Amino acid sequence: MKSTLVNMTAVLFGITLVASAGVGVVNMITEEPIALAKEAATKEALTQVLPEFDATAIEELTIDELPITVYTATKGDAVTGYAVQTMTKQGFNGVVRLMVGFTPEGEVVNVNVLEQAETPGLGTKMADEGNPLLGSIQGQKLEEKKLVDGKLAVTKDGGDVDALTAATISSRAYVDAVNRAWMAYKSVATGVTPADVATGATAAAQTNEPEAQKGGTNE
Amino acid sequence: MNKLRIILSGIIRNNPTFVLVLGMCPTLGTTTSAENGMGMGLATTAVLIMSNLVISLIKNLIPDKVRIPAFIVVIASFVTIIQMLMQAFVPALYAALGVFIPLIVVNCIILGRAEAFASKNSPLDSILDGVGIGLGFTLSLTVIGAVREILGSGAIFGVSLGIADYTPLIFVLAPGAFLVLGYLMVLFNKLAKK
Repeated sequence: MKSTLVNMTAVLFGITLVASAGVGVVNMITEEPIALAKEAATKEALTQVLPEFDATAIEELTIDELPITVYTATKGDAVTGYAVQTMTKQGFNGVVRLMVGFTPEGEVVNVNVLEQAETPGLGTKMADEGNPLLGSIQGQKLEEKKLVDGKLAVTKDGGDVDALTAATISSRAYVDAVNRAWMAYKSVATGVTPADVATGATAAAQTNEPEAQKGGTNE
Repeated sequence: MNKLRIILSGIIRNNPTFVLVLGMCPTLGTTTSAENGMGMGLATTAVLIMSNLVISLIKNLIPDKVRIPAFIVVIASFVTIIQMLMQAFVPALYAALGVFIPLIVVNCIILGRAEAFASKNSPLDSILDGVGIGLGFTLSLTVIGAVREILGSGAIFGVSLGIADYTPLIFVLAPGAFLVLGYLMVLFNKLAKK
């Protein structure tokens, strides 16, 4: 068709109008199912990392400028565990999100990888069952591990978490996210704010450097 | 034109990956395993069929000078709609393929077919072209993904072959993508010429 200013404007306006209306309608239809699906996915992740529970209370924290969510699981009146949705930006290809479950005593129940974009066949093994990273911390109290500056570390950095073969960066990212989860767990389980946890814990169990001073431990 | 020939031409004579050499960015990026390659191929096929149909239907209404922006609006809308529908109704599939979907917008195969085929042919032929090119793309990506997965991580479709300790890692990384693509392209064109 021959192009004139009028028909070009009219056609482009018409197409964008119809297209945006179409996208808008689909968005309205799918908004609710998407929210439900996300909720179901979170719940699924929670059941995998927690002991039995009926209800969860949500608490949002910010550690190191990254948003962390702590789910306190209860059965009846008793607290059965804490699940921490944690993240790090130090993955090989950006963000890694984990869900880490703790018992009220502080043992790691399980770790579920929610999101990662690591190298297939190398860093992606962090999501496999029975991988060395999870094996190094599952069923153990983190403060009883060999800590470096009050934090978990892979063997290469002086700690005792076994790294994935040929995926040191991904392993460090995983450990970084677990450390942040641990921090959040402590602040919720003991009822003090993250800043207080950092200083309080240094005195109490010679564990944590304040998170803020940490800059660039994972190169 | 013979209907079956339109489909076959998309798979062999106009194979988007090995002959037209279009859409190299998603090809190199997503073929780290056979499953990922196939996922990207199928998602692209769905968008391609729908965008070909719509563009073929509205081709006589679009002034020549603004046809490219018009095509892009149509394609981008379909990609967004498919993404939302998958997220809502098949969350498991979305979890597996979700990362590839926004990549489809920048896939020049879709714009290429809109420009080269759908804007000149009937709606039915355009759908068939979408099916053919889509299948060609899916097969190519699956083969590249399978070769890289076998050579790089010693597995096929996620099933370990028990040789993972002896496989050179480079094939799942970027350089391996170029190597495998290059050799497969040679092989394909050699076989297709006969």
